Amino acid sequence: MIGIINYGMGNLASVRNALEHLSIPCKIVTDATELREADKLILPGVGAFGMAMDNLNRSGLSDEIRELVLVKKKPILGICLGMQLLLDQSVEHGVHNGLSIVNGEVLFFGEVVKDQPIPHMGWNDVEVKNNAVLFNGIESPSSYYFVHSYYCALKRHEDVAAVTDYGINFHSSIESGHIFGCQFHPEKSQQKGLCIFKNFNSL
Amino acid sequence: MLKTRLIPVLYIKNGLIVRSEGFEYHQNIGNIINQASRYNEWDVDELIYIDISHQKEYDLRRDDHKIKSYSSIEEIIKQISKICFMPLTFGGGIRTIEDIDLRIQNGADKISINTEALLNIDIVKKASLKYGNQCVVISVDYRIIDNEPVVFSHYGQKNTGINLLTWIRRCEEAGAGEIFINAIDRDGMANGYDTETIKKVAKETSLPIIACGGAGDPYDFVDLASEVKISGIAAGNIFHFTERSYPRAKQLLKKSNINVR
Repeated sequence: MIGIINYGMGNLASVRNALEHLSIPCKIVTDATELREADKLILPGVGAFGMAMDNLNRSGLSDEIRELVLVKKKPILGICLGMQLLLDQSVEHGVHNGLSIVNGEVLFFGEVVKDQPIPHMGWNDVEVKNNAVLFNGIESPSSYYFVHSYYCALKRHEDVAAVTDYGINFHSSIESGHIFGCQFHPEKSQQKGLCIFKNFNSL
Repeated sequence: MLKTRLIPVLYIKNGLIVRSEGFEYHQNIGNIINQASRYNEWDVDELIYIDISHQKEYDLRRDDHKIKSYSSIEEIIKQISKICFMPLTFGGGIRTIEDIDLRIQNGADKISINTEALLNIDIVKKASLKYGNQCVVISVDYRIIDNEPVVFSHYGQKNTGINLLTWIRRCEEAGAGEIFINAIDRDGMANGYDTETIKKVAKETSLPIIACGGAGDPYDFVDLASEVKISGIAAGNIFHFTERSYPRAKQLLKKSNINVR
């Protein structure tokens, strides 16, 4: 069973709808006990980084997620803000610490991209790197749906599962052993997005 | 780089999908969920639903009607988001922040505001603060009067006397994230897009623009996309009646070197 982590940020229903459509067993999980019962975790999220971390810290979920992922090696997939939360820190409205599950930081497009509208919103190409298993069976590049103003800059080249061009080439997907992330929304990216969930489920 | 989106627009009236012409004539063409699953199969980039029921009374279908209708917008959104895995925008009849909450909570990714923004621009500010600019689409209906594009409100019935470009600037300042413009004169006419006005709008704002009204065949999409740098090309009727019209239009756009997915 995949646990979709509910920490008060974003549209969990669309992720659940996608998994249910694929007949993948899933449950929206809210506390530590429920998280432990799940075989795999999805960390979704829409909204601001700082508020998301506050919610995770206040409910004690950040320690639980770190323990389950780093010690118990439970697979996790972070989506959009959920991917950004996996990193060390973000500069969104001040500097905030993240979950530090993957090395890297979250930066603002506005600092480097001058001739494109922000947020980066719409369908854009994702070019798969390092033979990432999350993209198994999907041709590369393929386009996926993005909505975000901040982007992930990973420290280690081997953690990069995909890159996308939006004035700069940024890291649009993470794969580090059993730890995964997508900056785009698989639940809003039609058949190829659904394929990502299938791949994550069949790990 | 970002792809140009090709977006079907579906009009809901009293719980059914209808075809629109000149904003007045509406022909029932089917069950909302069947239509949604058809568009899903076509792998569309995005869907925009506009509820044009004047009274917010959903038809409690008579038994002799063969098409099933739905009784509330929440139910419609919930059902659609269970089978559609692409961005979904819902508009029509939005008056309050609560109307917006209801749509977002049930599965809308974006909402579009039309008349209410003209009556009370604060709703645009409030919505963008609460959900982010990317969530707030301003939908504008206009007609050309004395060579000027003029904004119409109340389902295209009422002349506001406001110039389209002035209005778009105001919406941008208020926090809109995207602009959907619809040429009333061309609705259901199939005589091509109003490229001239769309060009002016594209020059006026840096917001993503989706243009609608007038598509008669897929070459109209190509003409528009080659002449104006535009985020989204929208159309309604053309997708309803032609078999596989959406995938065929995509192929044509690709062949014409337009950056589509």
